[in-house]
Order: sequence, then C-alpha cells, then structure tokens
Amino acid sequence: MKISLWGTRGSLASPGPDTVRYGGNTSCVSIEGPDGSWLVLDAGTGIRNLGQNLPADLKRVDILLTHLHMDHLQGLPFFAPLRNPEVETHIWGPASTMLSLKERLQRYVSPPLFPVSIRDLSPTLHFHELSIDMFEIGKFCIISQLVIHPNPTVGYRISLNDKTVTYLPDHEPMLGARTFPRSPEWTSGYALADGADLLIHDTQFTNEEHQSRIGFGHSNIVQAFEFAKLAEVKHFVPFHHDPAHTDDQIDGMITDAVQETHPFFDITPGLEGLTLQLGD
Amino acid sequence: MAQFEVEVILARHLAENLALPMFIVDPEGNLIFFNEPAEAILGLRFGDTGLLPASEWSTMFEPVEKDGKPISPEELPLVIAMTHSHPAHKGFWIKDLDNNMRQIELTAFPVIGQSGRLSAAVAIFWEVPHED
Repeated sequence: MKISLWGTRGSLASPGPDTVRYGGNTSCVSIEGPDGSWLVLDAGTGIRNLGQNLPADLKRVDILLTHLHMDHLQGLPFFAPLRNPEVETHIWGPASTMLSLKERLQRYVSPPLFPVSIRDLSPTLHFHELSIDMFEIGKFCIISQLVIHPNPTVGYRISLNDKTVTYLPDHEPMLGARTFPRSPEWTSGYALADGADLLIHDTQFTNEEHQSRIGFGHSNIVQAFEFAKLAEVKHFVPFHHDPAHTDDQIDGMITDAVQETHPFFDITPGLEGLTLQLGD
Repeated sequence: MAQFEVEVILARHLAENLALPMFIVDPEGNLIFFNEPAEAILGLRFGDTGLLPASEWSTMFEPVEKDGKPISPEELPLVIAMTHSHPAHKGFWIKDLDNNMRQIELTAFPVIGQSGRLSAAVAIFWEVPHED
C-alpha cells in the first residue's frame, strides 16, 4: 500500500514561509491499495489537493474520519469526488449516542457555517458509524477503536496482507495517568498500534507546552515516542504538528525526543507531500 | 495483549486521582482496579494482586445491615449497577481484614461508553465516622 500525507498540521491550517517543509494543511492521509482502492484518513484542508490528484476513472473512495473536530473536517466539502455522482463515496466515522454521523456532519456542512448543505452533495454518499469495529473495505482489513481525545474519537488499524499501518492523529493516552507509559492493557490506543509496521501519531506539544494544555487531547512528543516504544512499532511518523511550530522547531522537537527516548524504530518526520510504500 | 476500553482506562485515571476509595469491576465481575484509598480498606495493594476474580474478592467482605442481617449479593449496589445497568446507592456495614466492622455508604454506577455497551461498573464509597 502507498501512504501519502496531504495534510500534517493540527488544529488550524497554517501556511507561510515558516511551515513550508512540514506544510500548513490540516490532517489528511491517503492509502492506495495495489488493486486501485483508495482510503482517505480524515478530511482536513489537505483533502482538497488529494481530490485533485485522484485517478480520473475512480469509482469508489472511502473517507475514514477519526472524529469531527474542524481541523479534520474542513476540507470535506472541497473534496472533488463529492461533486461527482460517478464516484461512490463512503464516509466512516465515530458513532455518538446523541446524533447520527450525518446529523453531526450536517452541523458544519450547512448554512450559516457553509453555503451548501451536505444533502446537496453527491447522491452516492453513504455514512457508516463506528466505535469498536472490525470491517473490510476492498482488500483492506480495518479495526477502529475509541481513544482518549475530547468527544467521540477513533483510531484506525489498517492491514493489507501482512502489513499494518496505525493512524492516531489526535491522542492523549497519558491523560490523568500518574505514570506513563504503563502496562499495555491500560494504555489507550495500544491494541491499535501493537506491532504496527507504521504508526502515524500525534506529537503536537513539547513537554513544557503540554503542562498548560492537559486535556486538550494531544500528546507531548516524548510521551508519543514512549507510546510507540511500548507498542513496539517498526516505523514512526510524528504528525499533527502544532500550528505555532515552525519547521525548524519541529525538527528540534524530533531530535530532542530521539535523544531522550532512544527509540529502536525508524522515524520519518511527517512532512506534507511525504509518500511511503508499505508492502505491495 | 487485550486492552481495556477507553472509558475504563479513563475511569482508572479518575480513581488514581481521587481521595475516595474506588473499585472498578469488569462485566464478568472481576475486580480490575482499586485505588490507594481502597487498598487501605482491602488491606491489599493493587500492584501486588492485579486483577482479582469475582470469586476471590466478593468473599473478602461480609456486608451486613445495621442489625447484623446479611445482605444478599443482588441487593449490593455494584451488583445492581452491573446486572441492571443503572446506578444504585446503599449504606451498610462491612468487616474489614482486621475483623473490624466499618459503616460505609456506597454508590455504584455502570460505565457505558460511546459504543453503548456496558464495559465496567464503578463503586465509590465513603466510610461513616463513628465516635466510640
């Protein structure tokens, strides 16, 4: 599978000269299978560029939303397949005990926040609600599980043949814990990340920043590295960069985290435009 | 390794930060966590015991009414929370590990996460002080 990062920023799009390498678009990752199937992880502003680069003969695309915070949704109405009735589009996202997924999405994709209503988008749009589920899309085997982040939020474990990628862009597994990391069964997200070939994980804050933002739902980078060590992943991509961090600052955060945690896995900084190949 | 659901993990994190004794029980009745204030009453440390099967921990106390009449399991708040998925409260007496009778007020509630499934039940209790 081919994994491409179209948006790696957290919280707020932040284009500018200081964010050229890591990029300014918010969360969006695509996974292309060898059979031409496409998964899209989150619909941040990066999804617009992805929509411009999909094959012209695309018949189906599946968007897997981790949660419905704005930085993971803002690009959705700008995703080209939603204006093409020839493309069957499926949106998967966390269930809520209060409102359906479609009703919650409608809150953003409707006036006065947006001029077009979700019902005016593609007639071939389908919604699927998730909590702790295992399901298949084409040849992809996918597990979703709720993780620690404000409001219902899932992470995804996506496997194809013998390769697995785990996507946890917004995750604060250390919230309220007296010590971290702790045993696997008491660690949010562990079952999703366990032994993954590739982990894309929230590294938004420095330790110092995190002290004043506990409960915001994001990891400090050192604890994210510790989580990856606990899960014994093979390859780690720091992701969901803080909008206030410049390229140089993120470089420095990763360097410091490596020196502090001595990871045994490969690390590739989460740059917008990065493409990784996993297996076929 | 199996992982507890996120609401159970958060319940433990809450327990660790409370000064009140708190138990967490899984849907099978196993005692999966108790905090430090609960350790003082149980006379056991969670770090030493880990998970305690229902058959083990449920016999540790002898819950009775004020007049010494035994309380059946189905009357206990934690059992009600687990079997009926609704909160329950009761005041009663227990015998601790040193054979001292202690009066407690106990509130139990089911933990039902966004999946809509019962994933645990929590009991928080207060010891009623007595003047001897």
